[in-house]
Amino acid sequence: MSSILAWLPYAVAGWLLLWGLYGIVKSRNLVHLIICLVILQSSTYVLLLAIGYKAGAVAPVFADMPLGTPAVDPVVQALMLTDIVVEATVAALLLALAVQVYQRAGSLDPRELVRLEG
Amino acid sequence: MRLRLVLFAAGALGLGAAYFAAARGLPPVGGYSGAYGEVLNAVSVGERHATDVVSAVNFDYRGLDTLGEEFILFASVLGVATILRKQQGDEEDRDEPAWQARQAPDSDAVRVLGVWLVPLTVSFGLYMISHGAVSPGGGFQGGVVLATAPLVIYLCATAKTFLRIAPPWLTKAAEAIGAGGYVVIGCLGVLAGKQFLENVLPLGTPGAAWSSGTILFLNLTVGIAVAAGFVELLAIFIEEVLRRET
Repeated sequence: MSSILAWLPYAVAGWLLLWGLYGIVKSRNLVHLIICLVILQSSTYVLLLAIGYKAGAVAPVFADMPLGTPAVDPVVQALMLTDIVVEATVAALLLALAVQVYQRAGSLDPRELVRLEG
Repeated sequence: MRLRLVLFAAGALGLGAAYFAAARGLPPVGGYSGAYGEVLNAVSVGERHATDVVSAVNFDYRGLDTLGEEFILFASVLGVATILRKQQGDEEDRDEPAWQARQAPDSDAVRVLGVWLVPLTVSFGLYMISHGAVSPGGGFQGGVVLATAPLVIYLCATAKTFLRIAPPWLTKAAEAIGAGGYVVIGCLGVLAGKQFLENVLPLGTPGAAWSSGTILFLNLTVGIAVAAGFVELLAIFIEEVLRRET
């Protein structure tokens, strides 16, 4: 049982990555596509946290526990914070593009956006 | 569509196999054996008087990266503003349902909820920003919480109220002060003959709100920049509605 748990987070990360990709490939709506990208990127959170986790350790906040208490790696957690900020900014930029596409082309379906306009 | 799925299946199988092979080379979850994290957990309270090691990493040990992170956000707000700017030749009034003027909610329950939520989000956001070095939280998290207050106001009242709480000149100025303030605090270290972003302020007692020197003030600047940036994004996305209602 413990051997399953020891690999499950990696499996979840891979699962999220592949389903996010699948959603992007199948998507027929740009907003749906952006949400799929967000899901895809959330796989990196799971992976980062899994790498930094130490069995029996607690969060690296020493406000209410003595120094030297086993704590998980703070570096990957800081990286994950950066990851979340980047995801939010990328999603905002892409949604702005989607709004612009809808205003120009009157559709959010990628299949209807294939013709060029000069 | 069929062809696309076949192509995806082939690529996904390859990617899945490569990922599986890579994950097999990782230590099992829980068996972390890195040295860097252990060192930081051991020294950050003593060195920086910051009991939240994640904040110490973000605003001191990796302070320069966080500067870049803040400017990613800044650039993104700029990008959204550029993409959605009013261009010449844009038709003024299109009959698109998404942009139809929104009615102010005619519900006392919604307004009462807003009256409760706004002070709650403002005080919680300020708490998270100012206690970033002590407990989980910090400028980024608190800034986003703080930015939800104008959103709640927009949802519970009219666009006019939103613009009175968060006028464009205020969000723009706060965004610039927040982003620039980080660099200014970083330069204090250089002026004191130390390195960029090195601490120059008294460290205080670990665990107290006034502790950790520059980390506290860097959190404040990031909190201001993030809150202003998100309110700015919100204002851009609902600009059409704001224009029609005011």
